[in-house]
Amino acid sequence: MGKHVLLVEDETNIIEAIQFLLSREGWQVDTHSDGATAVDKVRNMRPDLVVLDYMLPGKNGIDILTELRADPDFERLPVLMLTARGQSRDRDLAERAGVSRFMTKPFSNTEVVTAVRDLVQLAQ
Amino acid sequence: MGRLKQSDLARQIGISASYLNLIEHNRRRIGGKLLLDIAAALGVEPTVLSEGAEAALIASLQEAAQRANMSDSESGRAEEFAGRFPGWADVLAAAHRKIADLERTVETLSDRLAHDPELAASVHEVLSTAASIRSTASILAEDKTITEEWRNRFHTNIDADSRRLADSSKALVGFLDTETGEAAPSGSPQEEVAQFLAAHDYGFVSLEDGSGSVDNLVSGAPELVSVQSRHLARTVLNRVVQDSAQVGMTDLQAALAEDGVDVIALSDRFGVSVPHMMRRLAAVPGLDAGLVVSDRAGSLLFRKDIEGFTIPRHGAACPLWPLFQVMGQPGQVIRARVQMPTRDGVVFDCFAAAEPVGPMVFNAPRLLEAAMLILPVPDSPTAGDVPVQDIGPACRICPRGGCAGRREPSILSDGFGGF
Repeated sequence: MGKHVLLVEDETNIIEAIQFLLSREGWQVDTHSDGATAVDKVRNMRPDLVVLDYMLPGKNGIDILTELRADPDFERLPVLMLTARGQSRDRDLAERAGVSRFMTKPFSNTEVVTAVRDLVQLAQ
Repeated sequence: MGRLKQSDLARQIGISASYLNLIEHNRRRIGGKLLLDIAAALGVEPTVLSEGAEAALIASLQEAAQRANMSDSESGRAEEFAGRFPGWADVLAAAHRKIADLERTVETLSDRLAHDPELAASVHEVLSTAASIRSTASILAEDKTITEEWRNRFHTNIDADSRRLADSSKALVGFLDTETGEAAPSGSPQEEVAQFLAAHDYGFVSLEDGSGSVDNLVSGAPELVSVQSRHLARTVLNRVVQDSAQVGMTDLQAALAEDGVDVIALSDRFGVSVPHMMRRLAAVPGLDAGLVVSDRAGSLLFRKDIEGFTIPRHGAACPLWPLFQVMGQPGQVIRARVQMPTRDGVVFDCFAAAEPVGPMVFNAPRLLEAAMLILPVPDSPTAGDVPVQDIGPACRICPRGGCAGRREPSILSDGFGGF
């Protein structure tokens, strides 16, 4: 498919696993671990989809998402949020901030790959 | 139950106050001799009590029916159902009450997860590590074409993550097991300072004899990760330097041999305040004393743990502690024998006193600090005829029922002990 995914996550081993999974499916995967500079990274790379962790150093996933949605260039960008914070209030926060899909850790690999594929297809 | 106090009634009929509390709230059904004894003690007919229990049973059944969206005509037959099938009615009502208790407990735990940063961080660590292991293990199990390089890398990752999961799980259990008093993983500046102090067993000989400096101790402490914790640790250590200048450890140990742990006599002898003396006593090796220092708002500024006396890591402590009683009268010294609600029922002798701190400024509120020294009582729990006050750790982790000091439900015992 050759589409471009930006994975914003600070857990090294999760990064490796997701990078492997998506690359195997033909995605071009870039990674970024710092919340504070994540929005700039998205602006520079302009990926087709962002996989975004909730708890990140520097700035959390909700604030990053809110900032992205305030930018007309990224208001429709598919964002899949992966988080260990699975409480309903966290999900509500993410939905209000404009998340495309909210997935709690531990996740299944198939679910992640399917969600990435579906979200990008939906955005086309 | 009228003017007779619950604890007096319980004593009179030979059951515990907590069991009577359960009966009173229809959580335990009674009959036979116990019913007759309670009726006799209250001076009422036994049928009055059993009718009350019957009404409560029917109310519980109707509540259960409402929650199940049962029709009015059906739920209106609760009394008939209880009459025809009393055993099943009891089971259904008990199950309904249990579900309500559990729902409230889940709500409380969920709230705790949201507001307790240390717990949230521990759970987050466990879930993140589990996510990594699950994802990596699935790749290894399902992808037979994976290269040797990736396979080796994933094996290494799983090995590292499984160790991390074991550590974080243990830390989480230690955090939740409030009765063991195990150290929690650091997560806040206060917790880092607590770990630093514990690592030094709350004694700093190098500061007392002048061979070391506060800055060297702080900069060389692996526990003090954050800027805030280093600042807090400096405050604590500067106070150690000031306190020990007036009360040297060797002199204090000699005085202890003569006066015993008499905080007033010892503070008089050294010409220092009682809270000052308590801080020094808490540092005496072998005395095994605990110490808590609080400000007027109830924030615990310093904590030296003592086994069996649970000091909460977050939020307010028990308002019944002598520590808070002295806030209203700085200079007064309270000595009280107290008991925590632990299984082994150990008791402690507490000394508490408050003193003004900080500079005096016209028309500005005077800041106060209270200290409470906690000493284990030898031969506890049968420790003589001294009256023992019941206290707790903090409402949310205290199982005591019927406590006038309770401000929030407990997550322990019967779901909502005493609320």
